Amino acid sequence: MPEEKKQVSTKPAAAPEKTQETEEKAIALKPLRFSAAPHLRDADNVPKIMWDVVIATLPAVLAGVYFFGFYAVKVLLITTISALFFDWAGMKLLGNRGSLFDGSAVVTGVLLAMNLPSSAPWWLCVVGGAIAMILGKQCYGGLGNNLFNPALVSRVALLIAWPSAMTTFYKAGNIFSQVTAVSEPTPMGVMKVEMMSNGTVIAAKGISIWDMFVGNIGGSLGEVSGLALVIGGVYLLLRKRITWHIPVIYVGTVFLMTGIFYLINPDKYINPVFHVVGGGLLLGAIFMATDMVTTPVTKSGMIIFGIGCGVIAVIIRLFGSYPEGVSFSILFMNALTPLIDKVTIPKPFGAIKEVANG
Amino acid sequence: MIVLSKRTFRGGVHPHEYKELSEEKPIEKAKIPEKVVLPLSQNLGAPAKALVEVGAEVKIGQKIADAGGFVSVPLHAPISGKVTSIGNFLHPNGHLAPCIVIEKGDGPQEMELKEVKGWEKLAKDKVLDAVKEAGLVGFGGATFPTHVKLSPPKDKPIDTIILNGAECEPFLTADHRLMLEQPEGIVEGLKILMKITGAKQGIIGIENNKMDAAKALADTIGDDKDIKVVVVKVKYPQGGEKQLIKSVLNREVPPPPGLPMDVGVVVQNVGTAVAVYEAVRYNKPFIERVVTVSGRGVKESKNLMVRIGTLMADLVDQCGGVTDDVDKIIMGGPMMGLSQFDLTVPAVKGTSGILIMRNGDTQTYEEQTCIKCGRCVQACPMKLVPNMLVKLVDNGRFEEAEQMNAMSCIECGSCSFACPAKIWLVQKIKYAKAEINARRKKAS
Repeated sequence: MPEEKKQVSTKPAAAPEKTQETEEKAIALKPLRFSAAPHLRDADNVPKIMWDVVIATLPAVLAGVYFFGFYAVKVLLITTISALFFDWAGMKLLGNRGSLFDGSAVVTGVLLAMNLPSSAPWWLCVVGGAIAMILGKQCYGGLGNNLFNPALVSRVALLIAWPSAMTTFYKAGNIFSQVTAVSEPTPMGVMKVEMMSNGTVIAAKGISIWDMFVGNIGGSLGEVSGLALVIGGVYLLLRKRITWHIPVIYVGTVFLMTGIFYLINPDKYINPVFHVVGGGLLLGAIFMATDMVTTPVTKSGMIIFGIGCGVIAVIIRLFGSYPEGVSFSILFMNALTPLIDKVTIPKPFGAIKEVANG
Repeated sequence: MIVLSKRTFRGGVHPHEYKELSEEKPIEKAKIPEKVVLPLSQNLGAPAKALVEVGAEVKIGQKIADAGGFVSVPLHAPISGKVTSIGNFLHPNGHLAPCIVIEKGDGPQEMELKEVKGWEKLAKDKVLDAVKEAGLVGFGGATFPTHVKLSPPKDKPIDTIILNGAECEPFLTADHRLMLEQPEGIVEGLKILMKITGAKQGIIGIENNKMDAAKALADTIGDDKDIKVVVVKVKYPQGGEKQLIKSVLNREVPPPPGLPMDVGVVVQNVGTAVAVYEAVRYNKPFIERVVTVSGRGVKESKNLMVRIGTLMADLVDQCGGVTDDVDKIIMGGPMMGLSQFDLTVPAVKGTSGILIMRNGDTQTYEEQTCIKCGRCVQACPMKLVPNMLVKLVDNGRFEEAEQMNAMSCIECGSCSFACPAKIWLVQKIKYAKAEINARRKKAS
């Protein structure tokens, strides 16, 4: 074996490839893949997460279509298409990484549509999609880099720019009889007007809790049915796309705080159940406050985030001039998220013990 | 006695196990190789210093390289034959490293094991010497010299020895088979380890997917009150030293430079325990170990008793060769093991497995953007925040990464495994650790 001899001389083997050539028992191998450990990866990926959120919105979307018929379909389609287009345009314009098919633009589009009234004109939907994707997402550098929830940025911008278009809600009908374009204030709106004008909540008390829970009320097209939203939330929980922390603590804080006010003065403040199902709280808590990108990563951070959202939403609802405080509360806490992340960095393994000993 | 532990460490992941490929296969003696390639650096710390020259005839078990310092171990000839070369060859870590090459000769190829008289009553330092002279390093893969681990400073009393039989890496079954087939060696080894360190308690930690091994060990232990088997949850990285201590004893090892001895514990692999026993009783040096050869790319998965320095090609041959669509070869487990260029690399003291992976068995992806899902944070068994660390590393902010405890990382890879955006988390943290170490060296 002269070749073999050469290889095992005192001279260092020149290069790994050479060793392979001269190796007596070299097994012919195709070029091998070479990479750093770990060599196994979980099968989950970002598109799967995003499409799961889209699936989770389906019950509420279908409820919206049921109650508002064609109007809801129109808003959903235009908003989603607009979001996709402007996401693509923003990526091209700003040179950001990302893919149109990772589902993130669809999630934002659908969530934005769920936050719009079914009466929204087509141009409002188009502008909404543009604001969400360009100002809310791509300006920050694209997926994963935005500080605020893009759908909420857009919703609030539209609310300030076109307040009347954003607060004209159609009366819920159902898709099988004709849905008429008759407007009806939301339960939260009814309550606010009453509170502001004469400091009572008598008319608001007349609205059936059951109607509010199933969604037979005026409101944004995705927020009306608490039942459908909860079904979507349970799906997200089961698929481990969200944890219970933010939704439960957010809703719990609102329930607790409004409950205290209700006990103090039931004539002036409405009961806490009304607060939970009467407005956008469930939509916000289950879908908007659980957006991974704009919320804390640690459990303790999530708890702080949930409490903060709850407190701000209640303060705006009870003492502010807007009937609804959910969007503002989440955006406010979004701004605090980097700070929350920073203060809730977990103590590394073993660190606590060291402090105790030292 | 078997104790089921309800406690476990926080974090971790659950990769598919793939242990069924080889867990039923009894340990088989590998053929004596025609040639062995022995890197001088097979242990953590200083490399060994060669004692032989090219052309020297060596006998099996003969010391061919001496320890290069305190944190170093000697090296022994795993076969009888002739030293044909001393030079640079491919090491499993991917570098060319100085190696001694021995070609098989006519001498005996099996060690003659003679019992050391009065081995049961040897003094502590004599036992330690035997361990050191045998060239023992940890069998788990980190290859830390065993005698160093067994020589804690006086102010750090050891009360417990934990034998690590968790074997949490997918595919690997070498420790599992060893526990089933040589429980006596393991228990005897544990007793010796307890004696050297003065530990009152001995614990063998096993994941609950290996109940047969737990039972075999418990039967061997019998009525001994000081030794017990503790069964812990299947979860990667349960076999991490610090994680196992947490799961078994509920003690947390302080962050680096903290060591298990700071909480009164020494952890050794079950394979190391057998080697310690054989070193003390028979003066048997570290010349062979169990290696799992597995993966869908090899015809038949096996657990082989392998002479150190045997080339991977020889071992794969004995398993029926490889399939045509081999895509990746890993030395070690799939979570922490090293990717290899080819099969001319020798099995070394720290080699617990050789995995031949076919197309699609392993995954590498392009990085996508972080969506801050927090899965790496939940997965990290050291309670680090990998996504933030990696953002710092990406921007070259190593000081801040150090402040965020980058050095605590045990490089288990759970974060990278869990990441849905396929970001190279552990890889970048490893890079940060190397960079921080280099800067510390420069500063001192």
